[in-house]
Amino acid sequence: MLQKLLTGPHFLNGDLACAEGALLAGCRFFAGYPITPATEIAEHLSQRMPELGGIYVQMEDEIASMAAIIGASYSGLKAMTATSGPGFSLMQENIGLAVMTEAPCVIVDVMRGGPSTGQPTMPGQQDVMQAKWGSHGDYGIIALTPASVQEMFDFTIEAFNLSETYRVPTLLMADEIVGHMWEKVVIPSPEKLKIINRKKPQVPPEKYKAFKPDDDLVPPMACFGEGYHFHATGLTHDESGYPKTSSSEVQSELVNRLCQKIEKNAHKIIRYEKTMLDDAEVAVVAYGIVARAALSAVRKARENGIKAGLLRLITIWPFPTEQVAKVAKQTKGIVVPEMNCGQLVREVERAAKETPVTFISKLGEEPHTPMEILNAIEGVN
Amino acid sequence: MVLEEVHPFSKYLRAEMMPHIWCPGCGNGIVLNCFVHALDELKYDMDKLVVVSGIGCIGRTAGYINTDSFHTTHGRALAFATGVKLANPELDVVVISGDGDLFAIGGNHFIHAARRNMGIKVLCANNLNYGMTGGQQGPTTPLESLTTTSPYGSIEHPFNLVHLAAASGSTFVARWTTLHVRRLTQSIKKMMQKKGFCFVEVLAQCPEIYGRYNKMRSGLEMMSWFKRASVVENFSDPSKAEISSDKIPVGEFVDIEKLSYERMLHEKISKINEKAMEKV
Repeated sequence: MLQKLLTGPHFLNGDLACAEGALLAGCRFFAGYPITPATEIAEHLSQRMPELGGIYVQMEDEIASMAAIIGASYSGLKAMTATSGPGFSLMQENIGLAVMTEAPCVIVDVMRGGPSTGQPTMPGQQDVMQAKWGSHGDYGIIALTPASVQEMFDFTIEAFNLSETYRVPTLLMADEIVGHMWEKVVIPSPEKLKIINRKKPQVPPEKYKAFKPDDDLVPPMACFGEGYHFHATGLTHDESGYPKTSSSEVQSELVNRLCQKIEKNAHKIIRYEKTMLDDAEVAVVAYGIVARAALSAVRKARENGIKAGLLRLITIWPFPTEQVAKVAKQTKGIVVPEMNCGQLVREVERAAKETPVTFISKLGEEPHTPMEILNAIEGVN
Repeated sequence: MVLEEVHPFSKYLRAEMMPHIWCPGCGNGIVLNCFVHALDELKYDMDKLVVVSGIGCIGRTAGYINTDSFHTTHGRALAFATGVKLANPELDVVVISGDGDLFAIGGNHFIHAARRNMGIKVLCANNLNYGMTGGQQGPTTPLESLTTTSPYGSIEHPFNLVHLAAASGSTFVARWTTLHVRRLTQSIKKMMQKKGFCFVEVLAQCPEIYGRYNKMRSGLEMMSWFKRASVVENFSDPSKAEISSDKIPVGEFVDIEKLSYERMLHEKISKINEKAMEKV
């Protein structure tokens, strides 16, 4: 290694922490297009990638960026792109291609206010449903929501590990505050990090079927130039990778597998954090930067004698339905603060069943204050 | 006993993918044939070759060639190929796609890949319309042509692809028709040996749709037009290479040397690493 990877404590903003996390995860290909508030990731990697022998390329738009990282992934490199709302919209078509061709890759969306050009320099959580449903067709996907600069670093590595394990595009759904905020980040030495690489075929090329899954529903992945002479397509395909567009059997088997390889492994994928939930009568379910205000609100509520607790979602897709259902069963009500007009709250309501759910929306400049969330907690109590 | 003979080119094709989807009289088979001939004449190392296609009739080619291949979303073949080539510059990346895919929905990717001089080779089958979806007008449809979406005659000026490719920075630009199989094969061979961004256009007949609407109902009739109108004008002014019913300028128009993107990138990377070494 010529230019060392960073280790130890550093003072970074979230975008830089994400970029350094990617390098430590083994990412050696970045394709992107400038967009606020994610540009710093590209800028930093344009300097750092060459120092590590990696590739930075600025594409003509986000459609091309997404296509390029799929290509790089198929050439054998760990690949990433970073964007915000408008770019994330443009990427959706090829996110579907990455899903269909099972290309491991990481997409960072530093969310700003939308719709359209919206509020480029302000935070939002308006893309969380798009993360799951943005590309046409049915599929499973993984999305993580960091709430600190440290987590921008940690979860970028986690996103690469998940993406490589399940051969699925993995989304880091950050927001403008987490992206631009400066905090201390402690970077562990590389040997202490758990880094996962995609599994390779264990059979000779003549026996290799590019999309034949193992028991975990994930097919081993050959790369271009390794002599396997395989075909991949965005069309509905059989285990060999060849198009079979008029067979309901092939379509059903493929699409169900693309969904189930995430659903059936959800217990291994899903991460969340519980605070003061054991005896809680009111629960707050929050994610991303909003979860920090929620934690403060829950503490204040406890000081005021209300048994409140926080379920902080780290993985939002696949959605932790079981965990939310469990919390709903033991509480009188759930409060969901989001920086949108009500997106993930729909999933919470679905899981909470009879338990009433109070939604607090916040749009614009600031996330919720702890007082606003506290008021909602008091309302439930 | 019947002797089973194997076609000498069958090793280049995926038998499992046959029969192909192309209509009787279609020019795409000739394009594929010439490409495979070129590979054979070059004794090409198939382990190094990656064929990428977009969407459309000719887009199925990636699936037919027995090498590493990828069939992308509509228009995105060049952007995908950019990632492939940069991530592993040892690979030879060929994009085989159509006029609609490369120049309408994918037009932006084309001009930028050419501008960057990405070391990718583009073989474009230009059939003057969108064949796969039933013959709509496209970016190369000649003025006044009848298509399913220009029933009163097209009023859009078509691209002169030779001019577009040259102006965007291609290091090699050629145009032939499916009639010119030997010269087309030679140009593909040349393209495969060059380092920078290369573009070969093949005017390929679409008798079932484009021809049917424009009084050329068979492949033969369309090729008669190619024969009647083609004029070899090697290294003539690309801006004058417009296709009309009377004249199809063909030949090799550009053949220059220019450092490819990946070569410049990797030179930069090694210089940066040397400097980083000094610092350490």
